Amino acid sequence: MRSRSALQFLNTASIVLLGFVALSGCGSRGRNTVTLAGSTAFQPFAEKLAERYLAAHPDASINVQGGGSAVGIQAAISGAAQIGMADLVQLPEEAKSLTATAVARDGIAIVVNPSNPVSGITSSQAHDIFAGRIRSWKDLGGLEAKIRIICREEGSGTRRSFDQLVLGGDRVSSDALFQNSNGTCREAVTSDPNSIGYVSIGLVNQKVKALLWNGIAATNANVGNGSYPLARPIYFLTRGEPAPHVRQFIDYVLSAEGQGILETEGLIPVK
Amino acid sequence: MRISPLTTQGIAKVLLALACAAAVVALIFVVGFVLAGGLRHVTWAFLTQPILDMGRAGGILPAIVGTLMMVFVAIGIAAPLGVASAIYLAEYTVESRITQGIRFGINCLAGVPSIIFGLFGFILFVVILGFGWSILSGGFSLAAMILPTIIRTAEEALRSVPRQYRDVAASLGATRWQVVTKSVLPYALPGILTGIILGIGRSIEETAVVIFTAGSAVQMPHSVFDSARTMAVHFYILAREGVSNENAYATAAVLICTILVINVGAYSLMHRMMRGRRVA
Amino acid sequence: MDRWVSRLLFLAACSSTFVLAAIALFIFKEGVPIMVKSGLGHFLLGTAWAPLEGQFGILPFIIGSLCVTFGALVLGVPLAVACAFYLAEFAPRRWVNVLKPAIELLAGIPSVVYGFLGVMWLAPLIRTQLGGPGLSILAASCVLAVMILPTIVGVSIDAIQAVPRTYKEGALALGATQWQAAWRVLWPAARPGILAGVILGMGRAVGETMAVIMISGNATRIPHSALDSVRTLTANIAIEMGYAVGAHREALFATGVVLFFFIMILNVVALRFARRAF
Repeated sequence: MRSRSALQFLNTASIVLLGFVALSGCGSRGRNTVTLAGSTAFQPFAEKLAERYLAAHPDASINVQGGGSAVGIQAAISGAAQIGMADLVQLPEEAKSLTATAVARDGIAIVVNPSNPVSGITSSQAHDIFAGRIRSWKDLGGLEAKIRIICREEGSGTRRSFDQLVLGGDRVSSDALFQNSNGTCREAVTSDPNSIGYVSIGLVNQKVKALLWNGIAATNANVGNGSYPLARPIYFLTRGEPAPHVRQFIDYVLSAEGQGILETEGLIPVK
Repeated sequence: MRISPLTTQGIAKVLLALACAAAVVALIFVVGFVLAGGLRHVTWAFLTQPILDMGRAGGILPAIVGTLMMVFVAIGIAAPLGVASAIYLAEYTVESRITQGIRFGINCLAGVPSIIFGLFGFILFVVILGFGWSILSGGFSLAAMILPTIIRTAEEALRSVPRQYRDVAASLGATRWQVVTKSVLPYALPGILTGIILGIGRSIEETAVVIFTAGSAVQMPHSVFDSARTMAVHFYILAREGVSNENAYATAAVLICTILVINVGAYSLMHRMMRGRRVA
Repeated sequence: MDRWVSRLLFLAACSSTFVLAAIALFIFKEGVPIMVKSGLGHFLLGTAWAPLEGQFGILPFIIGSLCVTFGALVLGVPLAVACAFYLAEFAPRRWVNVLKPAIELLAGIPSVVYGFLGVMWLAPLIRTQLGGPGLSILAASCVLAVMILPTIVGVSIDAIQAVPRTYKEGALALGATQWQAAWRVLWPAARPGILAGVILGMGRAVGETMAVIMISGNATRIPHSALDSVRTLTANIAIEMGYAVGAHREALFATGVVLFFFIMILNVVALRFARRAF
C-alpha cells in the first residue's frame, strides 16, 4: 500500500533527521569560537578581518554578529560574546566593568542627497537642524522644502556618538525617521532629496553627498589630523582576562596587518 | 429605470473578477520583479560559494546550509510533537475542560506575533540557557512558532478520516494505538504532510525570530551550535545595507523559487496521495 | 502499553500549552513590574518614548499599530472578500485550480521581500506622487494588505463553501440569479466565518515586524496623516530589543504584554464568531 511505505519512509527519515542533529551537535562544542557582537558600523570590517584571520588560521572559529554598540556591551557583560564591539565617544556606566581596547577610529559624515544644493554646514546649524529648530532647507541656502531627518536607533554607537558630538545634551527632533543600520540610513538619504542623515565616513559613496563641517571636508585624513571633529573610537570590550584564542585575535587586529586591512577598507588605524 | 437582475449579475461578476485579477497581478508583480531582477545572477557558482566581502561577492552556500539545518531542527522537534498532540486530541479524548484548555493554548500560540518568539527565544535560549546565537536557538524558537500550524492541520486531517476506518480496525481486535497507526494515520497522511510542509515554508521565510536567536554569521555553520544565516536573513541584510542589489535580488529569487517548489510539491504530493485513495 | 502511549501523547498535547504558558510567564514576569511602577495609564497613554530619560509612553506606537492595521484592513478586506466570492462561486472550475494556489503562494513570500519591494518601489512612488516621506502609514498598509490577502481569502472561501447547499439551491429554485443568491443568501450566512478570517488577518497585520520596520519610517511621534511615518509596537520591540537593559528592557517586555493581550482578545473574538457560524 502506497501510504504504508510512505509512512515507513517518514519514520526512517525522522530518525535520520534526529540522528543528524544529535551527531552534528557533538561536533564543535569543543572548538574555541570567538564571538564578536555589537557595532553595526564595525561589523563589515570585523568580518573582513575574520575572513583574513581564518585564511591564516583555518581551524579557528570567528563569529561576527551585529545589533548595535549597546548589544555589544550587553553581550560582553552577559558572556554571549567574547568581544563586544562598541563605537562610542564615551563608554557608558555599564561598560565600566569591561576592559576596553581601542582598535580603530571612524569618522561620521553628515550626508544629504546629491541633488541638494547645500554643500556645507556649521556646527550650530547642525545642532539646530537635528534638534528640530531649523525646519526648512531655505534657511541654509537651499530650496524651500521641509528637512527630513534620518536617524539611527537609540542603541547605536553612531547615534550616541553623534548625539554627544553634535547635539550636546539636547534631544533629537521628534519628527525624525529612524533606520537601524548605517546602510539603511544611507539608502534612505539616497532616495529622498530633502533628507539629511549621518553615516560612517567609510560608507559614503556616489549616491550621497557628505557635507563640509565648518568648512572642513569629511575625510579620513582630516579626522586623522584632528581638523574634522566628528569621530569616535571603536573599542573591543572584554570581560576580565580574555582567553588565549580571543587574545590572539585581538592581537591580530592590532597588528600591522590587521591595521593595514582596516585602513584599506576605510577606517583610521590607531597605531 | 430598473436594472435587470442579469445585468446586475454581469456587473458584479466583472467587479469580482477584477478584484481577483488585482490579487493575481500583485502576485505576478512581486514574483516577477524579484525573478526578473535576480534569476540571471543565480549561477551554480552563486549557489555553491561562500559569502565573501559581506555579501558583495561570492555566493550564498552558507545561507543555504544554515537554512537547511535550521529547518531540520525546527521540524525535527515540531513535527513529532505536533503530530503526537494531534493524535491525542483527535483519537484519545472526548471534549472536556482539559482539551478545551489545550485547544485554547494552541489557538493563542498560533496568534502570537513572531517578534515575541524572537524575544522569548533570545532571552531563554541565547542568554539564559547559554546556547548563544546558534542554529539550535533558532530551531527551537521556530519549532515553538510552527507547532500550532502542524497541530491544527494534522488534527483536521485525522478528524476527516471516516469512522469506518476506526470501527473496522477496532472490531478486528486492534488496540487504540494499532488502530491509529495502521488504519487512521495512513489515511490522514496527506493532510499531516501538508501541515508539515506549511511549517517548513514558514520556517524558511521567517526573519525576525531567526536574526535574534541565530544571529547572522557569514561563515558556514559546522554544527547546530554555530551561528548561521538563513537565506531570508541574508537577503534582509543585503537589502537594507544596499551592499549589492544584484545579490539581494538573486538571494530573493532563490528564496522564492524554493518556496514555489515547496508549494507545488506539496500540492502535487497531496493530489497524488488523494488520487490513490479515490478507490477507497 | 496502550496506557503509556496515551500518557506520552497527552504530554505532547500539553506541550503547546506549556510553550504558551512559558512565553506568557517570561513576558509578564519582565513586563508587568514596569507597568505597575510607571502606572498603567502613564504607560499606555504617555506620548513620550525616551528610554534613556526614563520615559516610557507607548501611545504613539499603539496608534501606529492601529493605523497601519486599519489601513491594511480597509485596503485588503474588500479585495479579499470579493476575490473569495469570485473563486467560490463565479470562476470557472479550471481557473480555480490555478488561481487558488496562486493566491496562497502570496502567503509564502517572505515578509522581508515585501518590505524590500516597498522600499524600492512603493515608498518613492508615494513620496513623489502624494508627498510626505514615502515611508509612511500608507506604504505599510498597502504592503500589509497584500500580505494578509491570502489568509482572508482562504478562510472566506472555506466559510462560503461551508454554507449548506440547500440555502443556495433554495434561492436558485425561487428564481434568483447566481449573484442574487450570493449577495442575499450566501453573504449573510457566511459573514461570521468571513469575519473570523478578517480577524485572523488583523492579527497577522498587528504581528508583522520586518516589513513594517523597512517601510514605515519608525518615527516616534503620533501621526497626523496617512502620509506620516509611524512606529508600530512590534517594530519598537525589534529595533530596541537587542540592547535594552533594566527599565528599558522591562518596558519592551511590557510592550510585548500589550501586544499579547491584543492578540488574545482578537483570538477570542474570532473564535466566538467562528463558532456562531456553525
